[in-house]
Amino acid sequence: MSKVRSHILVCGGTGCVASQSEDIIKNLEKEIAKIGYQDEVKVVKTGCFGFCGQGPIVKIQPDNVIYVMVKPEDAEEIVSEHIVKGRKLDRLLYDEPLLQQKIEMHHDMPFYKKQYRIALRNCGMINPEDINEYIAFEGYQALGMALTEMTPQEAIQIVKDSGLRGRGGGGFPTGLKWELAAKSVSDKKYVVCNADEGDPGAFMDRSILEGDPHSVIEAMAICGYCMGADEGLVYIRAEYPLAIHRLEVALAQARETGLLGENIFGTDFSFDITLKLGAGAFVCGEETALIHSMEGMRGEPTKKPPYPAVEGFNKKPTNVNNVETYANIAPIFLKGAEWFSSIGTENSKGTKVFALAGKVNNVGLVEVPMGTTLREIIFDIGGGIRDGKAFKAVQTGGPSGGVITVADLDTPIDYDSLKAIGSMMGSGGMIVMDEDNCMVNIAKFYLDFTKDESCGKCTPCRVGTKRMLEMLERITDGEGQSGDIEKLQQLGAAIKDTALCGLGQTAPNPVLSTIHFFREEYEEHINDKYCRTGECKALTKYEIITDKCVGCTACARVCPVNAISGKVKEAHVIDQAACISCGACYEKCRFEAIRRP
Amino acid sequence: MAIKSLDELKKIREASLKKVSLRETGEAVGEIPEILVGMATCGIAAGARETFAALLEAIEAEGLEVRLIQVGCLGLCHSEPTVQVNVPGSEPVLYGKVDAAMAKEIVKKHLKDGEMLQDNVLINTFAKA
Repeated sequence: MSKVRSHILVCGGTGCVASQSEDIIKNLEKEIAKIGYQDEVKVVKTGCFGFCGQGPIVKIQPDNVIYVMVKPEDAEEIVSEHIVKGRKLDRLLYDEPLLQQKIEMHHDMPFYKKQYRIALRNCGMINPEDINEYIAFEGYQALGMALTEMTPQEAIQIVKDSGLRGRGGGGFPTGLKWELAAKSVSDKKYVVCNADEGDPGAFMDRSILEGDPHSVIEAMAICGYCMGADEGLVYIRAEYPLAIHRLEVALAQARETGLLGENIFGTDFSFDITLKLGAGAFVCGEETALIHSMEGMRGEPTKKPPYPAVEGFNKKPTNVNNVETYANIAPIFLKGAEWFSSIGTENSKGTKVFALAGKVNNVGLVEVPMGTTLREIIFDIGGGIRDGKAFKAVQTGGPSGGVITVADLDTPIDYDSLKAIGSMMGSGGMIVMDEDNCMVNIAKFYLDFTKDESCGKCTPCRVGTKRMLEMLERITDGEGQSGDIEKLQQLGAAIKDTALCGLGQTAPNPVLSTIHFFREEYEEHINDKYCRTGECKALTKYEIITDKCVGCTACARVCPVNAISGKVKEAHVIDQAACISCGACYEKCRFEAIRRP
Repeated sequence: MAIKSLDELKKIREASLKKVSLRETGEAVGEIPEILVGMATCGIAAGARETFAALLEAIEAEGLEVRLIQVGCLGLCHSEPTVQVNVPGSEPVLYGKVDAAMAKEIVKKHLKDGEMLQDNVLINTFAKA
């Protein structure tokens, strides 16, 4: 038999590589060779499937069967059972937590059912290191069409008509940005891709670059044609070695096939792309700071105007777009602006990729049409909250956003609706929190991040975030004073009004939003020195409810520091001075006799 | 090779499409006819691999869009190799004792012309297996 009859797709994203997916590939190839099937079964390393919580993922085509949490030693069984005998391996199928059943087929999984993949269209589908596979999935056709059949103005019009807005967080209309850069007159212009993904928990840009690098390269070339630039730069963090490697491979292949370089598609248009590695500073996601960093200066923002479209990299007109924004461009040209603008809500078109993380069953990357509700994302796609706990809040927009509570779960999300409920789209990080998460602690976590990442140029951000953090630290240490909440609100508002760039202007958001929705938790911390979740260790006090305690001694036996005393069949007590608040007694007690903080 | 026009890109695309066609069908399940070949020990011993190869070649020769999938034992070991044809919108049909020659017939007659090979039908009245 000489024709390939089956493809085994193995996820080669960072998450799955970290759990040995490369060894899985090696073992699969070895096992296939052992039985002499190497000509008919092909193992393909792809980009991220998005279902990272269950990785490594192995998908068998054309059967469309997905195996999850595969280990290298499973290769033998996959080959001998599935490939040779055509039997599915039950134990590696995905166990759906809500339906409580095994799911074989990719398209039957609730995780994929509600998704609509535009930016992630090729992720997990193609081998990112083979340009021909990208071409097979209509790759570079959009660039060819734009170059040979359209004027730059016509091409810009398509992007404008599509209603695409910047996916990095700001939500500025992409077509308008391109038009502004095109209108600037200069001998030299630049196209920049912002791959300085810095939000804690967000990894969609990395996954796109790892899984489908050509989609970004193609879109940057289209942008270059539209605005009259011949040079592109990708600003990517050095912490993304795999994405950098795949981009380099993709760039080399694009040059080899003449899709980058001189006279692309036989036209006068020439374009090439180089990489600029950043050190991974959060502020460099801000476009002026990013440009300064690329110029070799400190990554500090400057005030706008002048906008980069007028004066950017090397003082020349520059267009900066985020990775995910670029990944949407080719499909818009291929399927039309009307198709794209038919998806989504009135002012937010298309889809958005979210990095779903935190206390949710299906951690991973999901792409949904704008207007999908948070409930659908967290409960249908995400499979609900882990361990059957109660949903408390979800943080969107990373350290620049705010929390959304159960009251707003049914809000159709887009740029404007998220703003209206006190958060923001941001780059799409979505961290789900359950009843065990302390909101004061969460606010402290984000502020600690922004305080570290503040570049120090303007005082409100440099000093203001530090002062706010100090106050939060006092509160979680049990030293909060009355009036702290008002001080936090006042200072937060002042920072928002006076900081120079987006980092400072949004840094107080997590604090302000948690105060708004969970003020009572702040008050408990300050007035009662009490943390209801037990996350703030300084405020944690476990107590035995005397009426309920039957004196079984289970808690005393499990306590690692012997802080619980009492006679058999008599109520026990916890020595608060010795207690380390580990919670072991609470877990052990079968009579609900221990009050958790 | 340098690509200098949309036509050249198209040519590369067509050549590459074959490499990935197995995958593209994945998302559009339900629209495309399926052929299932029983390839458990019994099927393989009876020559299912040759049948499978013949089906693959015939599908390619006829240029049809079909998902060819190997499955486990269907329980009809006496009639191996067994081949089940699922055409969307009509009931699945199961053929028994399918050798390479018959495999070609199935692709040509059943899938292309929509005619069943009555003499070799094992079962044609069951719900989709």
